[in-house]
Amino acid sequence: MITISDLRKVYRQGNNDVVALDGVSLEVPTGKIHGIVGHSGAGKSTLVRCLTLLDQPTSGTVAVNGKELTNVSDDELRNARRRIGMVFQHANLFDSRTTEQNIAYPLELVGTPKKDVAKKVSELLELVGLTQFAKGYPSQLSGGQRQRVGIARALATDPDVLLCDEPTSALDPQTTDEILELVKELRNRLNITVLIITHEMHVVKQACDSVSLLEAGKIVEHGDIEAVITNPSGRLAATLLPLPGDAPQVEGAGPVVDLLYTGDQATEPVISGIARKFNTDVNVLAGSVEHLGDQQFAHLRVQLAPEADLGAIVEYLKSAGIAVTVKEAK
Amino acid sequence: MDFFTELLNNPGITRAMWPATVETLQMVLIATVFTIVIGLPLGILLHNTGKGGLLPVRWLNVVLSGIIVNITRSIPFAILMVALIPLAKAITGESLGPVAASVSLTIGTVPFFARLVETALRDVSSGKVDAALVMGSTKMQVIRKVLVPEAMPGLIAALTTTVVTLIGYSAMAGLVGGGGLGRLAYNYGFQRYDMGIMLVTMVIILIMVQIVQIVGDIVARKIDHR
Repeated sequence: MITISDLRKVYRQGNNDVVALDGVSLEVPTGKIHGIVGHSGAGKSTLVRCLTLLDQPTSGTVAVNGKELTNVSDDELRNARRRIGMVFQHANLFDSRTTEQNIAYPLELVGTPKKDVAKKVSELLELVGLTQFAKGYPSQLSGGQRQRVGIARALATDPDVLLCDEPTSALDPQTTDEILELVKELRNRLNITVLIITHEMHVVKQACDSVSLLEAGKIVEHGDIEAVITNPSGRLAATLLPLPGDAPQVEGAGPVVDLLYTGDQATEPVISGIARKFNTDVNVLAGSVEHLGDQQFAHLRVQLAPEADLGAIVEYLKSAGIAVTVKEAK
Repeated sequence: MDFFTELLNNPGITRAMWPATVETLQMVLIATVFTIVIGLPLGILLHNTGKGGLLPVRWLNVVLSGIIVNITRSIPFAILMVALIPLAKAITGESLGPVAASVSLTIGTVPFFARLVETALRDVSSGKVDAALVMGSTKMQVIRKVLVPEAMPGLIAALTTTVVTLIGYSAMAGLVGGGGLGRLAYNYGFQRYDMGIMLVTMVIILIMVQIVQIVGDIVARKIDHR
């Protein structure tokens, strides 16, 4: 479990104070994968540097399993850092070391006996599926393989939290999915808490249980994937499950309605339900249906017949547990 | 053919060339060892006390960089050489000869090497240093286990350049009492205008430089896994 409370970071730039983090609070329970998304400049990098104490936060605290990382001595900080394994965008492997020496690095630091190091390294290599590359150098590996080594190295100290900073932003789509699969598999096996900082919505869809939207140093939206995706007024819903292509705007006769629904409701035939119950036509203008995690989500834009009883239909949909937004006619 | 037989019978070559070469090698070797011993830590300190280093200490960086390194480097070597004769005497007990010359050679090349070390260390990406710190390294561990090993190809190239420079400086040292090939070329080549000796000296120095450069390049390539 990682607990961030009221984290603030203010940089001094010339004569101005620049607020990079403006009171970020967050708790990720053990064994959950949490995504923090935001555009560049939202404060993601600052947040990462403050979480690992590479930069000292101006105020606020970071704690792993209840143990504080902030406000401790240098010695304690070094030990505390070992409770957080970190994965970087460009892996940041040491080019002068072989794959196995890279993974062994955090163990060497505390003088782990050679025999134990060798055992741990071979376990980790197997975990990330790179046993045959043990003696190779990072320059001989592909981007995805380098990231796997980075993950293995991050896990060498048996951390409680895995902090991933844009872990897939330098990878192609297929490799991205492989790395995210690996992260999920590791979470399931090791019951580790994972925090993924990213600008890619795809990563959130693929891997996260919950998500926060970071904007101008603040968390402006937050919740489980299911909750944020079915919140029609939220911005995460629109970006996580966008209508495909150029969804037609409100045109012609008849009210246009956006529907957001999840799981069980997604299997219920609500569209034909409207048609039968109200004896009217329903025209689907655009829609996307996706599996996120083990849940199914749908986002539909439909147009009703001009004479349809909009109020009653909305009531009917709402009673079926569907989030409804009536689009204003232009 | 005449030219070569003359060379082979020239006592300046048959008798003086070998000892002079040994003296030059001696000077270069001693100065190289001490340049590494003093210059490497100085370069590491220069890098890490600077902005973005592991231990930014502004005043120390200004003193090291501005005063010591830049001032020493801006004094022409021939002048530095002469100015340092008293110091050489104090350290080695003699003011002439290759051992005494090594003192001023070392002091002349340390700042040069330290700057090259600083540049090589700066090429190590800050992401690697961050990674090392996040894994719980002490600052000393970052230097020993990450900065220096990661910069090693650059450091070897820096050392190669430094040794080549040292060979050049050692010839200059010969003019002011250091001995070696520089003195030989000066005494025979310049004062007696013996073209043969001049040529042979140049060829020997050229071969030395070539060997150093080739060995340096091979080693740098061998350890470069980037």
